[in-house]
Parts: sequence; structure tokens; C-alpha cells
Amino acid sequence: MLLASLVQPSFGLIFWMTLSFLAVLYILAKFAWKPILNGLKEREASIADALDEARKAREEMAALNARNEDLMREAREEREVLLKEARDIRDKEIAGAKAKAKAEGDALLARAREDIRNEKNAAITEMKNQVAELSILVAEQILKTKLGDPAAQQSLVNKVMAEAEARKS
Amino acid sequence: MSTSNLLHAASFLFGSLFVGSVFAQHGSDALDPASEAIVHAIESDSEAPELIAEEVEHNGVKFNAGKLIMDHIGDEHGWHLWGHTTLPLPVILYNTERGFSVFSSSHFDHGHKTYGGYMLHEGSVVAVNAADGTDVHHATIDEAATKATWDISITKNVVSLFISLGILLFVFISVAKAYTRRAGQAPTGIQNLLEPIILFVRDDVAKSAIGPKYMKYMPYLLTAFFFIFLNNLMGLVPFFPGGANLTGNIAVTLVLALITFIIVTVNGNKHYWGHILAMPGVPGWVLAILTPVEILGMFLKPFVLMIRLFANITAGHIIALSFFSLIFVFGETSTGAGLGVGVFSLAFTIFMTMLELLVAFIQAYVFTFLSAMYIGAAVEEPYHH
Repeated sequence: MLLASLVQPSFGLIFWMTLSFLAVLYILAKFAWKPILNGLKEREASIADALDEARKAREEMAALNARNEDLMREAREEREVLLKEARDIRDKEIAGAKAKAKAEGDALLARAREDIRNEKNAAITEMKNQVAELSILVAEQILKTKLGDPAAQQSLVNKVMAEAEARKS
Repeated sequence: MSTSNLLHAASFLFGSLFVGSVFAQHGSDALDPASEAIVHAIESDSEAPELIAEEVEHNGVKFNAGKLIMDHIGDEHGWHLWGHTTLPLPVILYNTERGFSVFSSSHFDHGHKTYGGYMLHEGSVVAVNAADGTDVHHATIDEAATKATWDISITKNVVSLFISLGILLFVFISVAKAYTRRAGQAPTGIQNLLEPIILFVRDDVAKSAIGPKYMKYMPYLLTAFFFIFLNNLMGLVPFFPGGANLTGNIAVTLVLALITFIIVTVNGNKHYWGHILAMPGVPGWVLAILTPVEILGMFLKPFVLMIRLFANITAGHIIALSFFSLIFVFGETSTGAGLGVGVFSLAFTIFMTMLELLVAFIQAYVFTFLSAMYIGAAVEEPYHH
């Protein structure tokens, strides 16, 4: 008898169960499940978005890095070129300056030599003149003294004649 | 804002039911024991073993395991807490001739006395024609009046139902608040505890069984799942407010199965009905057999749903209580035998309770999943080959 009552649904419980369960179902559906399920969905969407954005950001970073490296390489190359140009210019400048200095030096030297030669020539000429004057003076003196007597003049004329003769032959 | 108002309203309504049960006995001397009983119920902890022992002692009769088990898995007017302490509950009766009668179950004096023209006979209320307070043995059942009586009393199971629904309302509305308050943030506390289960019901039950239209049926599936799961668990607790065998009560599983049946039938599309009434590609004479079978199947599915949950939970309770009763059956022959068997019985009872914990989840899952499968079959769009 008790067992029979076990499988026989009682009206009262069916009544209360239907009433209260449906009421709770309605309340929960409206005030619990809706916000919970929406909240879950929104959070999942936001997480998915965040992951997506993170992936995109990573990709962008990678792209940026690649570009940075390109830029760096370009910059390095440009620097090399600039340095090389600078070196060339410097070398050229130095070479030019050296050549100019050398030319100037040479010119100076040449002028100095010229001056020296001119001075020398002048000195030589003056010395010649002075020697000639002195010789004439000496010769005049000698002649004044030696050719005072006619014999001595004759012998001299002879001697000169003889020498001229000797030179002629 | 409106959620919190509603929560207050719900808790007020819920509380008023208890107050109502206390007021119902106004005028009787049972008021103080009733409030005492509530206080005791809150103070009491694991009184359950003593409860059975006391029963054996006080009744002075031979220990009846069958009666004990049936009492525990069945329903009752008033909630037997321990020993002679019973929480009286309101008895609400409607008789087509006598009209409404509302009084406390304590008037029945544990089924020994009549009150208001009614008495308890084998656990159910029957109509009698006797003065109040007559001993039940001197009263005869009025069959005609009994047939005209509808018993919508707040029984032990109804109170348990209200408690569990109250818990569901409180827990999930507060969880829902957490979702709106902390939108888009990581879950914490109870929200964190329940979220995996909610996601499990959504992804592994609803989404996999119903398909793209699952969202519409989520409220029912979630409510059914948590209702069954909570009550399965509460049924495992041996003392108040647990201990009622709600999901092992056929009336409860009947209502749940009926709701599933109604959802399936109302939402069934052309494709679904086509397959039931006239399976495409089947010759006419086979249809003569197949169509009745399919129609029968339509009703069998929820019927099996009802029986499965009821039988599983009730069977679990019977086994656990049987092991427990062994202690007292042997204890009657000698105290030593009772103690000796007690060790093993206790071990088995613990094992059974562990198993029941698993069953509590599995049965909630199975009920929800099969409901989802039936709904899925009803709303499935025709598959284009």
C-alpha cells in the first residue's frame, strides 16, 4: 500500500510544483538567466576581441620591427656613403693643399735662386770692374815707374813683340 | 534595482509561507512547540542516527526497516525532525461540498486524531464524519467525501520544494547581479563556482543537442538542471532542511517531464511532425504500424524521463537507508552484532552516499540532456542531402 502511494503522484505536490516551478522558471529566466547568459556572451566576445586585437598588435609590431630594421639598414648604408664621400673630399683637399704648398715653395725657391744668381752676377761684375780698375791703377803705377828710362822701354817693346810673334805662330 | 525589489518580494513571500504555517495553528497549544521546533531545527546537526534509534526505543515495537525507509522517501503532513518533535505544516483541503479547510497538521496528532472532518489514513488525508479529536480507530472513512476532497497541503515535500526554489532564486539572482555589476571581468566567488556548470549546460547540453536555436530553451534547461541537482543534493542531507526525497517523488518528476513534453510538442516543426505522422520514404502499409509507434514514442519519451529520475533517486535512498537499517536490525538481536554490523553498514552507507553524489549530478545531467535532445529533434531543420 505504501509502495503504491510511492508511484502515485499526489495532486497537492503536482499543484504546488507546477505553480512554484513555473513561477521560479519565469523569474529566473527574466532576472537571472538573461543577464548571466548575456554577460557570458559579452565576456566571451570581449575576450575573443581582445585576443584578436593582441594578435593584430603583435603582427603590427612585427611589421614595424621589419620596417625599423629596413630603416636602420638604409641609414647605415647612407652613413657609409656619407663617410666615404667625406673621406674622399678630405683626401682631395689634403692633396690639393699639398700640391699648392709645393708649388708655392718651388716658386719661392726659384725666385730665391734667381735672386742669388743675380746678386752673384752683380757681385762678379763689380769685382771685375774693381779688379780692372785696380789693375789699370797698378799697371799705371808700374808703367810710371818702370818705363821711365828708354832702355827699359825698348826691352819691353821687344819682349811684347816677341810674345806677339810667338802667339802668331 | 528591480531585481533587488523582486528578490525582497520573493523572500517575503517565502518567509510568509513559514509564518503562515505558524499562524495556521493559532488558537492551539502547539504554537510554542512549533516555534521551538524551528529553533531546534536550526540548532540541530547530525541528529539523524539518534532519530532512528529513538524511534526504536520509544515505540517499544520491533524495528520496521520497510516502514522507516518508506517514511523517509515518502511525503508527510508535518515535518518529522527527530524523536517526537515534528514541525507542523499547514493542511489545505478543498472539498467540493465542504469548501476550503486550512489548519495545522498538528491537529491530526501524528495521525492519531481526526480534525475538521478529516483524518490521516496511510499518510494521506481522508474525509470522515466524526467530531474533532476522535481517535482514528473509532472513525470511519467517508469514501464519497474523500473522493470530493482535493489535498493541496503544504507537506514536507512542498516545504522542501519552496526551500530549494528559494535557494535557486537567491543564488542565481545574486550571481546575475555579479554578472551585471562586474561585466566583462573575471568571475569571483559563487559566480566562479557556478559558471563552469552553466557553461557546461550551455555548451555540452544545449548547444550540442539543440543546435543554433539553443538560446530560447536555455532558461528551462538551466532551471531544470539546477533544480534537479540541488534537490538531489538536498535529499542526501539527512536532517532539516534536507532529507525530503523531492526528486525521487513521482509528482515532481511528472511535472518536469510534462514541461519538457509541452515544450517539445509546442515547438515541434513541420519536419518533426512529418516524421511522426508520416515518415517520409516509407511505404503506406509500414506507416500503418510505424505511425502509432511514433505517436506512442512521443509520450514514452517524457514518461521514461519521469520514471528514470524518480527511480534512480528513490533507489539510491532505499539502498543507503537499507544499509543503515541493517545496524538496527542486527542491533535488535544483540548490541554487539549491531555495533559489528554498524562498522560495515556505515562504510557502505558512506560509499553509497558518495555514489549518490555522483548520481545527483549524472541524473540532473541526463534529464537535462535528454530534454535538450527531444527539443533538438523537434526544432531540427530538415537535413538537405
